[in-house]
Amino acid sequence: MKVSVLRFPGTNCEFDTQYAFEKLGYSVDIIWHEDNSLPSDTKLVVVPGGFSYGDYLRSGSIARFSPIMRAVEEYANNGGKVLGICNGFQILTEIGLLPGALKRNNNLHFISKYQYLSVENSDNSFLNAYSDSDILNIPIAHADGNYYIDDEGLKELELNSQILLRYCDENGKRVIINGSVTSIAGICNKDKNVFGLMPHPERAIEDILGSIDGIKMLKGFNK
Amino acid sequence: MNVIVNVYLKNGVLDPQGKATHHALDSLGFDGVIEDVRIGKQIILKLSSDNEADAKIEVEKMCETLLANTVIEDYSIEITK
Repeated sequence: MKVSVLRFPGTNCEFDTQYAFEKLGYSVDIIWHEDNSLPSDTKLVVVPGGFSYGDYLRSGSIARFSPIMRAVEEYANNGGKVLGICNGFQILTEIGLLPGALKRNNNLHFISKYQYLSVENSDNSFLNAYSDSDILNIPIAHADGNYYIDDEGLKELELNSQILLRYCDENGKRVIINGSVTSIAGICNKDKNVFGLMPHPERAIEDILGSIDGIKMLKGFNK
Repeated sequence: MNVIVNVYLKNGVLDPQGKATHHALDSLGFDGVIEDVRIGKQIILKLSSDNEADAKIEVEKMCETLLANTVIEDYSIEITK
């Protein structure tokens, strides 16, 4: 099983992501953004976290035009599974594989901490190892994580069960962390093969890190 | 030809930087004067073309593809010669 992890100038979570997937038993290739194609045996593409192109103009706005993203678009449109974490989520919204956009956090701070998340919909390959309303503890680290979508778009997300994760407290009550519309932390596309989230599941895979709640998420695509 | 592109968050999309700046101005004694503060960015392009109409079409394309994210942002284009 091959996981392809993309790397842009300014990406900084590619090795954490590689470490996490290798620990789970997958073979990982790191793919340079100037490549035009993905390895043919790719079973999952991960657009990892970081600061591609220094977040210039808007987070993810320049990376989306990299040659490799054309291959990722084609891969996703053919049903291939794509996971965008943090800056990867931003890139996937910029390219239009996921709806909405990520704005500057409401309090204008870079927020870096462990955060509780509630599983809103587990009926998808990404979260199928959890149950609805499960509460996870997974780190966030972002300045532009304030998810925005208009009312019509939000209705559509709800109707199609595309809202996957929301920020909550340890009892599952929604909390406002960065200003995201209805506290959204992660969504998927309509076909449920493209996933994006601001939290970092690859940073919650060993007890020594404080949580192992991210493991089932990273394994999800293989079900 | 110089072209100035202003990009700013759409009306109705909360602008956290504008809000914080508004608050700061209020606390500096400008309260009661300001109704709203919006923060955007300005992109200044120097184009080789002299044809305003063509330039406007080109720059509009640039805004739609890269310079603005039209999900959350509006833009304006000003040609200054």
